[in-house]
Amino acid sequence: MKNQHINPVEPYLRMDRMPHIWCPGCGIGIVVNCFVRALNQSGIDPDLVSIISGIGCTGRIAGYLKLDSFHTTHGRPIPFATGLKVARPELKVLVFSGEGDLVSIGGNHLIHAARRNSDIKVFCVNNFTYAMTGGQVGPTAPIHSIATTTPYGSYDRPFNLPFLADSTGAVYVARWTTYHVRQLTRSMVEAINKPGFCFVEIIAPCPTIYQRRNRLGDGLEAMRYYKRYSRVINGANTRMVGLELKGPIIVGKFIDRDRSTLLEAMNEEFSSKLGARYQPYPTGVVR
Amino acid sequence: MGADPQGVLTGVHFLDGDHACCEGAIAAGCRAAFGYPITPSTEIVERIALRLPLVGGVFVQMEDEIASSIAIQGAAWGGKKVITVTSGPGMSLMMEHVGLAAMTETPCVFVNVQRGGPSTGLPTLPAQGDMMQARWGSHGDYEIIAISPNSPQECFDLTVHAFNLSERYRVPVLIMMDESVGHMTERVTIPHAEQIEVESRRLPEGPKEEYLPFAPGENLVPPMAPVGEGYRFHVTGLTHNEKGYPVMSPDVQDHLVRRLLDKIRLNAEDIAMVEEDQIQDADVVLVAYGITSRVVLRTLHLAREKGLKVGVFRPVVVWPFPEKRLRELAERVKAFVVVELNYGQVVLEVERIVGGRVPTVLVPHGGGALHNPEDILRVVEEAW
Ligand code: SF4
Repeated sequence: MKNQHINPVEPYLRMDRMPHIWCPGCGIGIVVNCFVRALNQSGIDPDLVSIISGIGCTGRIAGYLKLDSFHTTHGRPIPFATGLKVARPELKVLVFSGEGDLVSIGGNHLIHAARRNSDIKVFCVNNFTYAMTGGQVGPTAPIHSIATTTPYGSYDRPFNLPFLADSTGAVYVARWTTYHVRQLTRSMVEAINKPGFCFVEIIAPCPTIYQRRNRLGDGLEAMRYYKRYSRVINGANTRMVGLELKGPIIVGKFIDRDRSTLLEAMNEEFSSKLGARYQPYPTGVVR
Repeated sequence: MGADPQGVLTGVHFLDGDHACCEGAIAAGCRAAFGYPITPSTEIVERIALRLPLVGGVFVQMEDEIASSIAIQGAAWGGKKVITVTSGPGMSLMMEHVGLAAMTETPCVFVNVQRGGPSTGLPTLPAQGDMMQARWGSHGDYEIIAISPNSPQECFDLTVHAFNLSERYRVPVLIMMDESVGHMTERVTIPHAEQIEVESRRLPEGPKEEYLPFAPGENLVPPMAPVGEGYRFHVTGLTHNEKGYPVMSPDVQDHLVRRLLDKIRLNAEDIAMVEEDQIQDADVVLVAYGITSRVVLRTLHLAREKGLKVGVFRPVVVWPFPEKRLRELAERVKAFVVVELNYGQVVLEVERIVGGRVPTVLVPHGGGALHNPEDILRVVEEAW
C-alpha cells in the first residue's frame, strides 16, 4: 500500500468508541488490524460488508468496526449470519467470535453451517479460555492447562478446530497465530473472496488470564513462542494439527476446495425439479 | 398497501389452521423462513418449504430451534419479513431470541402451535399452557404482542395482521395457536391481493451519517435501516444508546427499556383486538381466547336458553391484554368466568384488572382435550 501517512485502519474503526476494552498485549487488536487491512486489499465495498459477533472478548469486535455490525447472543452469530446471507446474498457476511462462543455453545451451528456450505466467513479467535468471564476452561484448552474451572489442570480432550471445520465440509480452512500478520491478512482476503463456508482459526494470546495462569508470559512472550514453535505446513492433514500445551503449532492454509454454496445447491436442485416454474434465487456468487 | 399478488392464493379453500397460517405469512410478504420440525406445527414449515421457492422466497430447515429463532433475525435485518414456527419445547429454546428481538427491535413473527406440557407433554394434543411463557419467558423486562386465532380463517387473517403489527412496532409477535386450531380444517377465504392490507417497517430519512438507529420515531418506534446501504450501524443485545452503542449505565438502561415497554403499553389501544358476544345485557361474562373461545359459545347458547344473561369477552390479541375494555365491563357485570386450557394463566391478568370489584372464577383444564361446555355452564350457574 502507498500513501501510508494516514493510519489505513482508522477509517474502518468507530473512533468515537475508543478506547476499546481489550487489555494491553491482547491478541484481538492484532486480529482487527489484520482484518481491516484484508478488507482494504479485498477490494470489497465496505458498505456491503456485515460483521456478526457473539459474546466474549472477541465478540466485541463487531462494536468497534465501522461497518454494519451485529453483536448477537452467546454462540449464535453463525445462524444469524446464515439468515442475513440468505436474505441478502449480495452482501459479504463475516463472523468474528471466540472459540468458546463458536465451538462450545455454538458448536452445533458451526458444523451445520460448514455442512451446508453457508456462504459466510468465520474468523475464530482461539485463546483457549473464556476470558470475558474470568478464565474458565474452553473447548480447545490443551490437556493440563489451568483455568478457574480446571484448577488442577484440564483433562478432557480439546477440539482440533481445523480438523473439525475440514471434516464437516468447510471449503477453506486456515490457521495462523497473531505473530503471522501477513499470512493471516492474506488468508482473510482469500476467505472474503471465496464462495462458501470459510474458517480461519487465529491463535491469539490472552495475557491477562490464560497466559498468566499457565505461566506462559506476557503478550510479547506469546509472540516469541508463536515465532519459535510455529511451523508453516500448507496443505497439512488437518487430523495432524491438534495442539498441546507448550507444544508446536502447525499453521498454514490447510484446505482450499470448491463446492456449491447453500444457495447454489438450492438453485440447482429446484431448477432440476421445478424447471421453468422456478425462478433461480440470487446467490451472490460469481464463478 | 395491498399484498404482492404473487404470494396470494386468492379463492375459497379448505385448509387446516397450520396451512392457513403459512398462506397468511406469504400473503403478508414473508419471503424468508427458518424452522425445525415439531408436532403439531410441522405442517406449517412443510407448506412453507413447498410454497416459498415458488414465490421468490427462501426457506432453510435449521439445525435446531435456537438457530431458527436467530436466523430469522439476521434475515429481518437483511430487509425480509420473516417467520419461524414451533411448539412448546421449541418455544422454550427460542425464548432467548424473543428477548434479543425485543431488545434490538427486530420485526419477526414466531408461531407457537401449543400442545400439552410441561416438557414433552402431549405432543399431539391441544393446550393453552404457554400463554405466560409468551408474555414473560425471556429474561428481563420487555413487551411483546401475542395473538390467538380460533379458526383456520383467522390463522390466515391474523398471521397477516401479526406481520403488520411486527413491522409497525418493530417487535416480535407471537401467534399463539394450539393443536386444535392448527389441525382443524375449515373453509378459508383468501381475498384478492389488493384487498389485503400489508404494512412494512418505516425506513429512515435524512443523512446516513446522522442516522440514530435507536432514536424513537412515530409511536416511539425508531425507523429501521436495511444493511448494505452505507448506514454502517451497530446492533447489540447489550443495553445501548440511541446510536446503538453499548452503555453500561442505569440511566441508559432506564431510557431504553422504558421506551421498549412504552411503545407497546402506550399504544395498547391501537394494538387491542377484542371480540364480544351478547355482552350488552350480560351479568356474567365468559372470558376465553383461541380454541376455547369457540367452546364457550356453546356454553353461551346453553345459558341463554336457560334465560341466564351471559356474554363472551374474547381477547383476540391476548398480550398486551385489552385492559381498558375489561375494566369498563368490570364496572357493570356481576362476575367473570375465565376458561382456559391450563391451570390458570390469563386469569391472573383478568384478576389484576378486575381488581376484586366482582368475583373472577377460573375453569381450568390441563389440556389434551377441550372443555365440556356443560361443565363450564355449571360454573357459570354457581357464579350467580
Ligand atoms: S481478558 Fe484476555 S482475551 Fe480478554 S481482552 Fe484481556 S487479554 Fe484479551
